[in-house]
Amino acid sequence: MNALMTNTYPVTAADYTSAGRASADIKRKLKQLGVSGDVLRRVAVASYEVELNLVIHSLGGELSLSVYPDRVQLVSSDVGPGIPDLSLAMREGWSTANDEARSLGFGAGMGLPNMKRNADDFDIQSEVGKGTVITMGFRLA
Amino acid sequence: MKVNELRELIGAENLTPEVGEDREITCGYTCDLLSWVMAHGDEGMAWVTVQTHLNVIAVAVLSDMACVVLPEDIRMEAESLAKAVSEGMTVLTTSLTAYEICGRLSAAGVPGKAM
Ligand SMILES: Nc1ncnc2c1ncn2[C@@H]1O[C@H](COP(=O)(O)OP(=O)(O)OP(=O)(O)O)[C@@H](O)[C@H]1O
Ligand SMILES: [Mg+2]
Repeated sequence: MNALMTNTYPVTAADYTSAGRASADIKRKLKQLGVSGDVLRRVAVASYEVELNLVIHSLGGELSLSVYPDRVQLVSSDVGPGIPDLSLAMREGWSTANDEARSLGFGAGMGLPNMKRNADDFDIQSEVGKGTVITMGFRLA
Repeated sequence: MKVNELRELIGAENLTPEVGEDREITCGYTCDLLSWVMAHGDEGMAWVTVQTHLNVIAVAVLSDMACVVLPEDIRMEAESLAKAVSEGMTVLTTSLTAYEICGRLSAAGVPGKAM
């Protein structure tokens, strides 16, 4: 099915001042398309968490949004460093966030579990030295 | 309860007077770990936190909260306040502790989760 809309947001590593911009714009665009309520909320949570992980943990990457008539898809891909143990990373409370990130209130180890809980489908692929790709889908009622 | 009534209840100052105070508060929450807040955030929430950086506003707006409340006379950076104003988010500060703020909210009947 053809996408009604696609948009790609570059996300810079360690840039805390712009962090959250992509997810704010995604929410705005979906709202304009008439997406609302529970789905809008779940996309907002998941896009924010995945965007912040790019800022905090990756060497840089991008977040892309595609809207289809029946679903919203978010894909995050980065250029490294990759995640050595995915089952650890998915565990609630597990975090490698540095002191700077923790002092800002990040590093609870809840981001990936929040994404998984909020997306209707969630896939994560990662290779150390290459990067991480996360794909999330949200059904539009 | 509306935001202006909350401000009076906790003796707070509105750091974003440009934003109206008539949003209805549906529930309250306190936590300084942003992913916990993302997991619990709700429309109309009053969120009590000691964090003051830009991402606090991003989280509050994404969850469509009613206001952010800073305890113990904490001030917020001008940059964050500017973003709050442009996004229409009210930021209050009060001398009460987070515990006391939540105590008053709870006693006034504001639940932990929107009904
Ligand atoms: N894009 C990424 N690149 C490399 N490592 C990542 C990436 N995303 C997540 N991780 C790893 O997975 C761990 C868990 O991520 P998660 O989002 O659940 O928690 P967190 O970001 O550490 O804390 P929180 O999201 O609660 O602020 C991170 O600490 C990090 O080690
Ligand atoms: Mg995270």
